[in-house]
Amino acid sequence: MMHDGAFSDPARERELFARRLFVGTLVTLLLTVVLSLRYFDLQISRHEDFATQSNNNRVLVRPLPPSRGLIYDRKGELIADNRPSYNLTIVPERSQNVEHLLSELGKLINISKRDIDRFNKNLRRRRPYEQTTLHVNLSESERAILAVNGHRLNGAETSARLIRHYPHKDLFAHAVGYVGRINERETQTIEAVKYSGTDSIGKIGLEKFYEAQLLGTVGSEQVETNARGRAMRILDQTPAVSGDNLTLYLDSDLQRVAFDAFQGERGALVAIEIETGGILAMVSTPSYDPNLFVTGISQNNYDGLLYSNDRPLFDRSIRGQYPPGSTIKPLFGLIALQHDIVTTEYKINDNGYFFFKGIERPWRDHNFARGGHGDGVDLSKAIIESCNIYFYGLGVKTGIDLLADYGSQFGLGAKTGIDMPSERPGIMPSRAWKKGAHGQSWFKGDTINTSIGQGFMLTTPLQLAVMSARIASRGDVRTPRLVKSINGVEQPAAEGGAKIDISPRHWDYMHKAMQDVVHSSRGTARSINKGLDYKIAGKTGTAQAISIDAEEKYDSSKLNKNQWDHALFVAFAPVENPKIAIGLIVENGEHGGSSAAPIARAVFDAYMESQEPTKLVTR
Amino acid sequence: MHRDDFVRQLSSPGGDRRPSRVLHIDIPLLLLLLVLCGIGLTVLYSASGQSIFYVKRQATFMLAGLFAMLVMAQFKPRFWERGSTLIYLGGLLSLVAVLFFGVGAKGAQRWLDMGFTRFQPSELMKIAVPMMVSAYLSKRYLPPRFKHVFVATLATLLPVFLVARQPDLGTSLIIFSSGFFAIFLSGLGKRYLVATVLIAVAAIPTLWFYVLLDYQKQRVLTLLNPGEDKLGAGWNIIQSTTAIGSGGWSGKGWTQGTQSQLNFLPESHTDFIIAVLAEEFGLIGVLSLLLVYLLLIGRCMVIALNAHTIFSRLVAGTLSLTFFVYIFVNMGMVSGILPVVGAPLPFISYGGSAIVTLFSGFGILMAISTEPKRI
Repeated sequence: MMHDGAFSDPARERELFARRLFVGTLVTLLLTVVLSLRYFDLQISRHEDFATQSNNNRVLVRPLPPSRGLIYDRKGELIADNRPSYNLTIVPERSQNVEHLLSELGKLINISKRDIDRFNKNLRRRRPYEQTTLHVNLSESERAILAVNGHRLNGAETSARLIRHYPHKDLFAHAVGYVGRINERETQTIEAVKYSGTDSIGKIGLEKFYEAQLLGTVGSEQVETNARGRAMRILDQTPAVSGDNLTLYLDSDLQRVAFDAFQGERGALVAIEIETGGILAMVSTPSYDPNLFVTGISQNNYDGLLYSNDRPLFDRSIRGQYPPGSTIKPLFGLIALQHDIVTTEYKINDNGYFFFKGIERPWRDHNFARGGHGDGVDLSKAIIESCNIYFYGLGVKTGIDLLADYGSQFGLGAKTGIDMPSERPGIMPSRAWKKGAHGQSWFKGDTINTSIGQGFMLTTPLQLAVMSARIASRGDVRTPRLVKSINGVEQPAAEGGAKIDISPRHWDYMHKAMQDVVHSSRGTARSINKGLDYKIAGKTGTAQAISIDAEEKYDSSKLNKNQWDHALFVAFAPVENPKIAIGLIVENGEHGGSSAAPIARAVFDAYMESQEPTKLVTR
Repeated sequence: MHRDDFVRQLSSPGGDRRPSRVLHIDIPLLLLLLVLCGIGLTVLYSASGQSIFYVKRQATFMLAGLFAMLVMAQFKPRFWERGSTLIYLGGLLSLVAVLFFGVGAKGAQRWLDMGFTRFQPSELMKIAVPMMVSAYLSKRYLPPRFKHVFVATLATLLPVFLVARQPDLGTSLIIFSSGFFAIFLSGLGKRYLVATVLIAVAAIPTLWFYVLLDYQKQRVLTLLNPGEDKLGAGWNIIQSTTAIGSGGWSGKGWTQGTQSQLNFLPESHTDFIIAVLAEEFGLIGVLSLLLVYLLLIGRCMVIALNAHTIFSRLVAGTLSLTFFVYIFVNMGMVSGILPVVGAPLPFISYGGSAIVTLFSGFGILMAISTEPKRI
């Protein structure tokens, strides 16, 4: 053994230890006596007092659940409310024979094997005299049957409580989300007291984001019980306080129009009120009925949704990330104008191929017939006809640093900060991003792909709408949001950011070019201009779902439909005084002009029509 | 690890060949532990509202604990002595990790998520600190000099503060006691002892104003006047003393305690379980349990006195005194003479990690008790 200092003396050390251990033993015994005396004092000397107190201890405190805040659209139409639901519960202590009771009940109403299994499982975990649920959501006739037979069903009770209800079913499923039973994981994080009267919690969407406001405050009642714990009389009550009501920017009529316009196709649309950044419509199709989740979805139903090829549970509007394709061109054009990289006079000759020095393989224009857009392609024409060759050159000359810098000012490559959980950020590629994500340097070829919204670039439909709104408002930066007011109190606008610095004549030029996309005879979205009595500015886009070689021709007839290109459209209206901006995608819709733009037109029409009466009033 | 650390005297000539010796089991210790587990499961059944679910889970924890104890017992005390610093440093690192990456529930951050399971480093420290301090001091001339006392104190206080920050006052108190007992048993001079007491007294205001959180202060105030806070922490104390007091000499009978069965008593199957035992089995039940505890501690003291090395003596002595701290803190808090700090009653309260830790400690005691004398 190692020692510093003097040599050791085992005998002395042992004796010292024994003495110390003896002291420790004495203290232990002394404290044991203290404990024993305390328990003697409570249990023997003061036994009478405590026995009386325990006998009189018949006051139970029971939680009173608050009713969850309601959600309205901007016109006051209910989107989420609470409805009474009646459950059949059993208190075994009050039944002579639970088995018998169950079989009696089975004869009266339909009780499934699953009900019984769950009941038996919960029975093992409950405390005596606690109600255990046997069957949820009793129908009116079932309640009547039970009421009539109540006298011979000792131990069975129907209990009423409020459950969440979504009257519009699948229309708002993704934006509003749903509540569901509190699960094991959530019990670990929530404050037990706040949820003592509630068994559900916001799972996704607004229901989750505004959980704290919607929940409300639990109340309590003191109940006198008899000696066996049965409630006899309410002594005192602190009422529960309902949760806050939310009013949204969403317009359920507009939402319906947008939803129906997809005609069952997969896709997503976001419409923004430009003045406020409020979301007017937010659609992801296909959708599902959120009411299924409220009391617990059946495995069958859930599997059906989960394994469907159309992925109805997936919120494409804020979680779907797609290459923006040509919809990015107005933004990149604005950057090049602002920094004098191209002028409005600058023209190119487009023969359908773009060669970059040192690289043999050319970049081709997949969107247009071979042979290119011909002579004299200026920026305006490149926007109207969506010329890739023009933008390859523009992108290379502008450089990725400027593109990335402005891209993020227009809301790309980062979460927009909307008041919803689980938003995805998309990708606005840059040198730093590529180094971080791929560990590689940035190549010129990457810039070329980026300049037509392909390559690494990814955007969500929400980001497309935000970009469109920022172009429409000539650079006003507003954070998109869904909730307009809470309990009638208007919510202040979230901190957006500095106005984007681009000179007025460039905005004018680009708005005109985007207007011609729709209104000129060569515009890619000209199909939607028939019978328009207001002006729409837009830009179509096509995003590859699979990669195509330069020498190969994209031929949809040879591909499965789920490999077809995605169709995109960004737009705003009316051009002179923009009020509403839209970003949308139709998955495998092929062409922005033919399949995406008509959906935007339907939404714009509905919006403009809804503005009419206010116009009359102001006149 | 030396080869002979694990495969010991199996073939040594003249070695004891009784199965208990070969498996390194201390029979009296094992029997007392089994009695405690039996009492624990019986009371738990009643305290959990007659839930077989909880009893089964607790029994599973106990089996896991017994297994852990057997494994620990197979290593020589020399192995624990050599490994203690490493285990201690590992524990300290994980405690720091908990501060940054810890997961937790209800405002406290105590676990590290290891993917497949959750690991609570503060539990490890309940064993690592006494072993490390004992190993450190046993290499020095005893009684220890100021420098060594200083190092040992620092080694104790570091984890104590880290655990108190989580916040987990109960566990940090246990860790503090274990370090203190190791230093005390090593023969700390009387002057130091007096100084320690003085410093402790002087530290109370500092703790009150700078370390304790509001809710912890509330609990101390509640102890002084439980009637003030009828619906919060005071409720627990009022209900638990009522439960204990109404038990009388022989109690209301198993599963017949109205306080616990009718849901008046909070935490009745975890920290406050002694109130259920007191209500249903009366003072006779409480004193019988105390007797079993004392017999267990007594057996541990005998093991400590008979141990062959200074390290073994210090560890055995420290673990047995610390075991009493668990009992005193829990029974004191439930009966209203100590503030509520969240400390389980050993082998009786429901809870997996505490049980496994306790058994592991007794595994080390068994390793010490069955170590053959070196020639």
